[in-house]
Amino acid sequence: MAAGTASQTAQATAGSAEGPEAALQAAFDAAVAADERIEPRDWMPDAYRASLVRQMAQHAHSEIIGMQPEANWITRAPSLRRKAILMAKVQDEAGHGLYLYSAAETLGTGREELLDKLHAGRQRYSSIFNYPTLTWADVGAIGWLVDGAAITNQVPLCRCSYGPYARAMVRICKEESFHQRQGYELLLALSNGTPAQHEMAQDAVNRWWWPSLMMFGPPDDASAHSAQSMAWKIKRHSNDELRQRFVDICVPQAEALGLSLPDPDIRWNEERGRHDFGAIDWTEFQEVLKGNGPCNEQRLDQRRRAHEEGAWVREAAAVYARKHTSGAGPAVPNGKATA
Amino acid sequence: MSSSTDWPLWEVFVRSRRGLSHTHAGSLHAPDAEMALRNARDLYTRRSEGVSLWVVPSDRITASSPDEKDSFFEPAGDKPYRHPTFYEIPDGVKHL
Amino acid sequence: MTAALALGDDALVLSHRLGEWAGHAPVLEEEVALANIALDLLGQARLLLSLVGDEDELAYLREERAFRNIQLVEQPNGDFAHTIARQLYFSVHQQGLYEQLAAGDGRFAGIAAKAVKEVAYHRDHAEQWTLRLGDGTDESHQRMQRAVDALWRFTGELFQPVEGVDVDWQALHSRWLETVTDVLGRATLTVPTGPQSGAWTAGAGRQGIHTESFGRMLAEMQHLHRSHPGASW
Repeated sequence: MAAGTASQTAQATAGSAEGPEAALQAAFDAAVAADERIEPRDWMPDAYRASLVRQMAQHAHSEIIGMQPEANWITRAPSLRRKAILMAKVQDEAGHGLYLYSAAETLGTGREELLDKLHAGRQRYSSIFNYPTLTWADVGAIGWLVDGAAITNQVPLCRCSYGPYARAMVRICKEESFHQRQGYELLLALSNGTPAQHEMAQDAVNRWWWPSLMMFGPPDDASAHSAQSMAWKIKRHSNDELRQRFVDICVPQAEALGLSLPDPDIRWNEERGRHDFGAIDWTEFQEVLKGNGPCNEQRLDQRRRAHEEGAWVREAAAVYARKHTSGAGPAVPNGKATA
Repeated sequence: MSSSTDWPLWEVFVRSRRGLSHTHAGSLHAPDAEMALRNARDLYTRRSEGVSLWVVPSDRITASSPDEKDSFFEPAGDKPYRHPTFYEIPDGVKHL
Repeated sequence: MTAALALGDDALVLSHRLGEWAGHAPVLEEEVALANIALDLLGQARLLLSLVGDEDELAYLREERAFRNIQLVEQPNGDFAHTIARQLYFSVHQQGLYEQLAAGDGRFAGIAAKAVKEVAYHRDHAEQWTLRLGDGTDESHQRMQRAVDALWRFTGELFQPVEGVDVDWQALHSRWLETVTDVLGRATLTVPTGPQSGAWTAGAGRQGIHTESFGRMLAEMQHLHRSHPGASW
């Protein structure tokens, strides 16, 4: 639906300035086809720009909303080692949000504007963060499964056609490699621990498995943006392909953990050389997406509150800067990133 | 939200080791240069990625325009004599 | 023994309080900054507590009255101004203390030498924000002054000599006062004139006497660990 509207805009623009616009479009298409990167000041179709801003904003929002379910356990982390790891991880998520907002700003959309849209519920973040972290084991399950799914999604984005996005993703993927490992290690300690700890781990995996599979998005035949994104090389693999890859990776990892995955239909398919798995409950996915997940309100509320309660701090610093910098600082409040 | 709380954007350049140039690492928001430097330290060097930092207001960077890229960069393309590989040297001649 | 506990508990408790900011900071850049400080302090706490025994047993299995941290670090975060004022008071002190310890040859010299660089940054961060909040808007000025005033009565404890910490406490105090006076002055704030300690003679943090909110902080921190006796994590 959105993709349709976008391509109409692109056509309308192209129609209004036939000659030069067509040449620009051709140059853009050629660059994408040759696997070259598109950079901020290059000409690009409006729909490509809009699609990128949407995706980068959603990605950035997911990072900062994603801090909440894990930060929920920082003050209760059961050992000082785990506490340090968890704090560093949640901090990374803030950092990753910053990298991604910066990447989005290269297209001229300021962070403040994107945050306003998030707070107003007009831009999305990944639905996975609308599930609650009920026990300590959830921190492990998020690391192993949610970060695992995110990495499967993100590694191909390091080759995304838009330069700043691809560069942000390279940095993020490098930093995130510890996120998944710490989650796996955490679950392993629980699984090999007391019966109560083992049960806690199994329960967390049971609750996080299906939502993790949904992170890859709707099936290919029902995905609104997929085809166009793949043509633009913003996206490199289809939702279903990435989901399958993730399942194949997780099955042996679960065995090594001594935990089971909550899907009786998982079995090796010799013919395909891949694992078969059960059907996903897309009704739940749609409901959570619509705002009926267990934590949608709570997550947005906390985000809004932090932003509103921090307004006086941001304003104080801005006023101080005006008082104390004599023309050395930038004149425009929201400059446009050039790199 | 009110624009009075907006902080300007800064570009961050990190020297990863002594002996290397500063390289563009990304950008961030800060109310002024002092805070920009500190935010850059916290954000871009928390895994020991740097030994020195530059921050520059994004709107103070003048960039070449992609529209001019042909006139800016293509003329350099047909001057291979600027590169050492252009010249043929007899076999066996060393240190050249 | 008491000394390592005192210094270790200060770092542990303040780190915990700063950790409570995660997801609530006024701006994303500050999420990263506060977490850096919290992580530095947690690292210091682990080194110091390990001098005494098992870090987790000490952190998770002691009762409130056995903690030796000063009351300043256990004070709730309040608004951002309170967090900054607390950090300024503590970091200026910690920097002076660790500089002296690092220069000596006592058992804390090694830890202090590493920590003093971290702490110098914490102090700088607190100072930068004190200036901006103090000399920012009317609202931020008022909030910062309130915070500076409210926490003042917890600062006397910073200079109460700790057995086994071999430094010149008098010099620490006067240098602290000098620095804090300078920073507050530049921030257009008034240095509080009230007493630097409370009126109760039962003692304070170093004697295991804490404020009410500390018990709840520990309850939250220790709950999971204590619910699974003997478990490893």
